[in-house]
Amino acid sequence: MEELCTGLCSILVESGADAGLALFLSLLVGVLLVSGVPLITVILLIWIERKVAARIQDRIGPNRVGPVGLLQTIADMIKLLSKEDITPTAADRVLYNAAPLVSFASVVLLWAVIPFTPFHYGVDLEIGALYFVAIASFGTLAIMAAGWASNNKYALLGAFRVVALLVSYEVPLVFALLVPVLLAGSMSLVDIVNAQNAMWFVVLSPLAFVIFYISSQAETGRAPFDLIEAESELVAGFNIEYSGMKFGMFFAAEFLHVFTNGIIMAILFFGGWMGPLYYESPLIAFAWLGVKGGLIYLTTLWLRNTVPRLRIDQIMAFNWKFLVPLSIANLIVVSFVLKALQELELAPRDILSASFGDLLPTTVILLLFNGAMIFYLLGILRKRGREARRESQAARADFAQPAPVAGH
Amino acid sequence: MELNAISIGFVVFTIFTLGGAFGVVTTRNLFQGTIWLMVSLFGVAGFFVLLSAPFLAAVQILVYIGAIAILITFAVMLTRSIARIKERYIRTLPNFIASLALFLILLLGVTIPIFGPHSPASIPEYVASTRDLGAALVDENGYVVPFLLASVLLTAAMIGAIFIARDETT
Repeated sequence: MEELCTGLCSILVESGADAGLALFLSLLVGVLLVSGVPLITVILLIWIERKVAARIQDRIGPNRVGPVGLLQTIADMIKLLSKEDITPTAADRVLYNAAPLVSFASVVLLWAVIPFTPFHYGVDLEIGALYFVAIASFGTLAIMAAGWASNNKYALLGAFRVVALLVSYEVPLVFALLVPVLLAGSMSLVDIVNAQNAMWFVVLSPLAFVIFYISSQAETGRAPFDLIEAESELVAGFNIEYSGMKFGMFFAAEFLHVFTNGIIMAILFFGGWMGPLYYESPLIAFAWLGVKGGLIYLTTLWLRNTVPRLRIDQIMAFNWKFLVPLSIANLIVVSFVLKALQELELAPRDILSASFGDLLPTTVILLLFNGAMIFYLLGILRKRGREARRESQAARADFAQPAPVAGH
Repeated sequence: MELNAISIGFVVFTIFTLGGAFGVVTTRNLFQGTIWLMVSLFGVAGFFVLLSAPFLAAVQILVYIGAIAILITFAVMLTRSIARIKERYIRTLPNFIASLALFLILLLGVTIPIFGPHSPASIPEYVASTRDLGAALVDENGYVVPFLLASVLLTAAMIGAIFIARDETT
């Protein structure tokens, strides 16, 4: 127990508190901090999201409540809390009420393994990356339960789509996630950040980052993958029957999930808290993580507000016929090249202690292989695009023939 | 048994596992049954954590809750009138005897080695890490043959599934 008792706990023990109580209190503070950060962040995130969306659509966005509309979310929260809490009579009462909680918890739980600074993290799990995937599967479950328990056909249709979408896109997500794990030689997120001391993994494997980015955009159900909600087809999807704060929890979970994915990508591919002067103070390290995560988050908002929604068959075809084979090929190539380089003594065996110079040959060769794959892929995509264009032109030219329904 | 975090955890996860299992066999609603199944599987994942096997715990959640249970949910939802099944399966006595016999066999099989002539298995000092697990899977003195066999079997099953599901006309 002694080795666990550091920091706040040791201060409490010195001032005369019971050792067990001191440990419990310090752990409690840690848990409250780790779960509190996302809860506070989400209030700000909703404001950012609305502001960015408004600017992209040439509007001003929230600007009435508080300075530049900063307190808008708080006003919305009070409104949601004061609304009538409706449970449909035909709904499955327990599941209906549990689903928003599970949905929000599945996102907040992710923050337990996120290394904020070199010294501050909830817990350094040996299986951090796997934990991330396992917890994400609870989100699927929550949406499924919500859709079914509402006893509404639109909600159920939304839930069907979610399961199809989330389960499918989990496959490339995991394969892309395996690349940083492979490069760092560890599944612990702290080790993955430390392994990027010499070089960010996005340089070593840009393709894995792109795959991860696309699949995590799909996992959060944002445009172009927003057929979970699809306002024009399903009214609101799985959360149609929810009102008040229960709806608010789904809403907050989605917003927080997007930002959490930004942070996770910053950790996996952009060196987490690594940056100039990060060793000076934990605050600087924390700021670096926030800046990197925030920038990635902003690009997802940008994407969300500029691309149209795709049809479900297009999304599924893109995943199973393109993204999954690509992610598997990428993993095979990276692992073979890395192993070959290690055998040829070109790559360092222990990436944690490698310097920039040690890692340079690995970086160049992996980049070359990635570039070759990207070049080949662009060729395929160009060919497919040309075929699709030709088909649609042929259909348009021939009035007597109706246009083909499916996109192939 | 002394009262510490591990024993409390054991009790909690036992309640999860057995309570979930009880829910599965008693509820008449298939979807709720699936949710109970997930609760039970979650309890099992908790046992893995208590046994210092976090990798297996994560895999348990990922594979059983994230994949298999979701698949069952999907299958259940596509079935008609899942929530209102009126038919009752009435052959209770043979089932009762069969499950009681199975339970007794398991109970004896687990408890006799502990209390019988054999000494209780001592807890090893060294806790195997995920790295050890991975190395053992591909080590020629470890589990490489079962691992490869399982891979071949899974591939065969996948090809079989594709073959059956394939539309003959196209």
